[in-house]
Amino acid sequence: MNTRLLPLYATLLICIIAYAVCVFQFPMMFSTRVAGNLLTDNAFLGIAAVGMTFVILSGGIDLSVGSVIAFTGVLLAVLITHYGIHPLIAFAIALVITTAFGASMGAVIHYLEVPAFIVTLAGMFLARGMCFVMTTDSIPVNHQFYTYLQGLYYLLPGGGRLTFIGCLMLLIFAFGIVMAHFSKFGSYIYAVGGNRTSAELMGVPVAKTTIGIYAMSGFLSGLAGIVFSLYTSAGYSLAAVGVELDTIAAVVIGGTLLTGGVGYVAGTFIGVIIQGIIQTYIVFDGTLSSWWTKIVVGILLFSFIALQRLLVLLSSKRTATLTKP
Amino acid sequence: MSGPRVTALTKAMPQLLTLVLILFLNYLAFPGFFDIRLQDGRLFGSLIDVLNRGAPVIILAVGMTAVIASRGVDLSVGAVMAVSGAIAATMTVAGYPLPIVILATLGVGLLCGLWNGILVAYFDLQPIVATLILMVAGRGIAQLITEGSIVTFNEPGLIFFGTGSFAGVPMPILIALLLLIVAIAVVRRTALGLLIESIGINRSASNYAGLNSKLLLLVIYAFCGFCAALAGIIIAADIRGADANNAGLWLELDAILAVVVGGTSLFGGRFSILMSALGAVIIQAMNTGILLSGFPPEYNLILKALVIIVILLAQSFSSAGGWAFVKAEFGTKGRKSQ
Amino acid sequence: MTEHPSLLAVEGICKSFIGFKALDSVDFAVRPGEIHALLGENGAGKSTLIKVLTGVHQPDSGVIKIDGQPVSVRDTQHAQNLGIGTVYQEVNLLPDMSVADNLFIGRQPMRFGFVNRKLMEKSARELLTQYDLHLDVSSDLSRYSVAVQQLVAIARAVDMSGRVLILDEPTASLDRHETEILFAILRKLRSRGLGIVFITHFLDQVYEICDRVTVLRNGKLAGSALTTELPKIELVSLMLGRTLAVATHNTRRDRPAPEIRQFSFKGLGRSRSIAPFDLDIGEGEVVGMAGLLGSGRTETAKVLFGIDAADTGQIHIDGDPVLIRTPQDAVACGFGLCPEDRKSDGIIGDLSVRENICLALQAHRGWFNRLSTHEQTVLADKFVKAFDIRTTDIEKPVKFLSGGNQQKVILARWLATNPRLLILDEPTRGIDVGAHAEIIALIHQLCDDGMALLVISSEIDEIVAYSSRVVVLRDRAHRGEISGDDIVPANIMRMIAAEPERASA
Repeated sequence: MNTRLLPLYATLLICIIAYAVCVFQFPMMFSTRVAGNLLTDNAFLGIAAVGMTFVILSGGIDLSVGSVIAFTGVLLAVLITHYGIHPLIAFAIALVITTAFGASMGAVIHYLEVPAFIVTLAGMFLARGMCFVMTTDSIPVNHQFYTYLQGLYYLLPGGGRLTFIGCLMLLIFAFGIVMAHFSKFGSYIYAVGGNRTSAELMGVPVAKTTIGIYAMSGFLSGLAGIVFSLYTSAGYSLAAVGVELDTIAAVVIGGTLLTGGVGYVAGTFIGVIIQGIIQTYIVFDGTLSSWWTKIVVGILLFSFIALQRLLVLLSSKRTATLTKP
Repeated sequence: MSGPRVTALTKAMPQLLTLVLILFLNYLAFPGFFDIRLQDGRLFGSLIDVLNRGAPVIILAVGMTAVIASRGVDLSVGAVMAVSGAIAATMTVAGYPLPIVILATLGVGLLCGLWNGILVAYFDLQPIVATLILMVAGRGIAQLITEGSIVTFNEPGLIFFGTGSFAGVPMPILIALLLLIVAIAVVRRTALGLLIESIGINRSASNYAGLNSKLLLLVIYAFCGFCAALAGIIIAADIRGADANNAGLWLELDAILAVVVGGTSLFGGRFSILMSALGAVIIQAMNTGILLSGFPPEYNLILKALVIIVILLAQSFSSAGGWAFVKAEFGTKGRKSQ
Repeated sequence: MTEHPSLLAVEGICKSFIGFKALDSVDFAVRPGEIHALLGENGAGKSTLIKVLTGVHQPDSGVIKIDGQPVSVRDTQHAQNLGIGTVYQEVNLLPDMSVADNLFIGRQPMRFGFVNRKLMEKSARELLTQYDLHLDVSSDLSRYSVAVQQLVAIARAVDMSGRVLILDEPTASLDRHETEILFAILRKLRSRGLGIVFITHFLDQVYEICDRVTVLRNGKLAGSALTTELPKIELVSLMLGRTLAVATHNTRRDRPAPEIRQFSFKGLGRSRSIAPFDLDIGEGEVVGMAGLLGSGRTETAKVLFGIDAADTGQIHIDGDPVLIRTPQDAVACGFGLCPEDRKSDGIIGDLSVRENICLALQAHRGWFNRLSTHEQTVLADKFVKAFDIRTTDIEKPVKFLSGGNQQKVILARWLATNPRLLILDEPTRGIDVGAHAEIIALIHQLCDDGMALLVISSEIDEIVAYSSRVVVLRDRAHRGEISGDDIVPANIMRMIAAEPERASA
């Protein structure tokens, strides 16, 4: 068996068990309604997590995700409500800005050889700060196009709603999976994360790839911001605080190695859903508080990091017998 | 022996000039900035305020300096602050005597640090990865302790640590000062300064020289957790309650920034605790300045971002990295393939 | 000799790095259809030469010719396009990606803007069939043995470049059977007219498969010959230095054998590192350790010093059993070790000369028993003066010193702890002639002062000059010991080359 897939199977198993436990305790949770809500409620998180998956696969990290989501939300609210710009145009403007923002962080990371951690930390401050420059109030967005998109859904048998934003997340995950495995760019991401020096020696364009990865993370954060804006119908500069941590947790729980090179986009999807299930359980239970989410996620995080560390140790022990002089 | 002292002062020049500049700008924005008055036996004034509000970050920066010098980073200090605040508050409400509360809280901080240290030193996890776990779970644990509510208390002894004063000096400043003096004395009087720098620069060679780098790393992270607990107590005492959601939120980033502004490289090695404290004061002076000039406090996020960018540019142009950038961008002989 | 035009040739290549000359007017040529061994100890210039050939480094002077035409190799990509493919020793491929990805990354077949995995995997299978490899090309490369990975790397390099193949220690981690598979493929490639550069430190393999051999030493060409015309013993003498005779006027000095040997190691060993060995060292004697790279020299030092704890064996000091599991234990027993890799295991680059000298003593004294700045300065000044360490002042970061002076700093670091047994792993490698002679003199002096010394070196003359006894290593095991008048270069080389000795102790 391929040990590399082990974390992915573990995630899947945990997801199924978690859901089974939920259904056992609250049979109501076995419905398309809950499933539809899971997708809708976690749509923005999932979209951002796809970007984070690629960043982490390449051996980097992007701390700016939450701030960029908030920034996009505020920008959209300001453009649509204050300036009367059509949402579609506002969407385009937001995506261009966030993509350029991500690309410039990637360029700094690659050319100045600064750790991604510190560059994206500056990006996080900058994006959050720009929110406050625009406004510190929560601006509601009331536009008929928003109402139209929010009303768009496919009624599942059983009364569940597959909303537009839920679908968009699924689409982005599908896009992410295809890109990871069926594009040159995808193979370059794995290569850079696996071993940067080898990748360079094998002719992988490391500079372009690094900038591309962070540009894509910026784009997807922007898209997550649009979804968040549709979800909340408002732009607020203090929104989405700490979302970067949730996405990182989803990626790691999804079986991606935090040091890069190994992982699957599909795993991240399961990681997002597990977090969603925990939250839904807490809502259904009614007596538990939401802090349990963080503790359980923390425990899962530790378990997966420990599991991966173990796998790495085992495989290095195995190869050490051969490669160590 | 005036030689080393003079070079230390020259090295600190950029930071000192920055502080003077910020203080001057604050003065322009608020002419009463330098006024200090004694009222009810306690010093008041904007300058005192800068130090008082900056005290928690100064305390965090002391621990973070040791961690960063050892070529690590501790992302969990904010969460540890929340945990320790929660412990202090709930134990006080439960009626435990003050010394027990303080000892227990500091002990828990130490334990959190030990956890990080074990993961880093003995499990060989990257520091960012290792401390991320507690960063995520810590606030949940804090909420578990406070049972999700903001626990408030009225125990004058504990509150004294946040708002009290001794000989006119507010307690947070005094505690930070004490920690600084102790930490600097330990670094100067023991070999720890040299040994920490040594493992930060070259851990393998340090091991070859007979240094027990694992144990040292463990102690460093434990100390960082201790500092976080101390800062957590002050914050809780200041607001007379424990807010598991917001206590110490993003302060780990401020602490890291303070250390970097103070001139310690993120790649480990040479460090100065005093300079990190100076970095923390610079950051707080910026915060206060923005408040005084009437901008919303959140504006200083942009300022912080700019500070990081300027430091990164300055650092990387002084090393080869910046020149690689210049060459790749403007040189005719790029590294691109034909 | 020149009837065959060389496929790839370098003439008069020089390359300097700060402070030392890595390549000094080296000539080297590969003909089509030959396997050419490139030999030399660590730091001899092999890897620098390879990096010049593959465009990682630009030479300071000299020309590179392909088919007789001068070219300048811009980077690794350009080298590949010129037909020079390289398989590096460690970092070569991406073990976490599929075999097919590894073979075709950057040049995957595309269809409708997507990677055509089916076609890519089909091509991968076809390509590997030429090497008699039938792998599941869609599974991760790391699933396969190092030998297979090595072959995949070769397949990739040959497929992309196809004229010259450079193999950097390809057999270092292969067992006998795997090596044979590799050799079969190399012979096949040779018959296809490729020029193959083969870097190794296994002399048997040189004779088994290589047509020609070139030896580098200290950045200079030590010799080049057809393997059929070069006896093994001569090859060994080409590889191991004879520079010392010129550099110093030291001749062999006989010392009376010590009455008691205070340090006794019995059956010490570590699996996959060094076979169990016995070793006794007495105060006032120098035990030399000779052997080629990879023979287990450094591994012995690491086991003795607790860097890699031994799995088996006992250690007795003055007759008392002791346990050495960590370097701290070793230091407590009065050991010191100057490691082979000065840069990564020796100096703390950003720390000053003073701090580097005091480090081991400080670590031994404990965290809280600090040497005062005054004590440190006195100590550092003493050693700087005694060893003539060339530095503007003791506060200078040690990374700015030359190699020889860095070595002296590390020696000073250990002598400051007043050790009873000092292990020196290649103390004279990569340092200039003057410092070289000083270090030899120091070894003599320390021995006269009653210290026990274990010195590892690939300079045979040097070992002969200072050793009371010489332990010879081959294939990760201690193979024999020479003492007294038998310590002459010829005997040591014969033992390294594994020919029957005339007389042994």
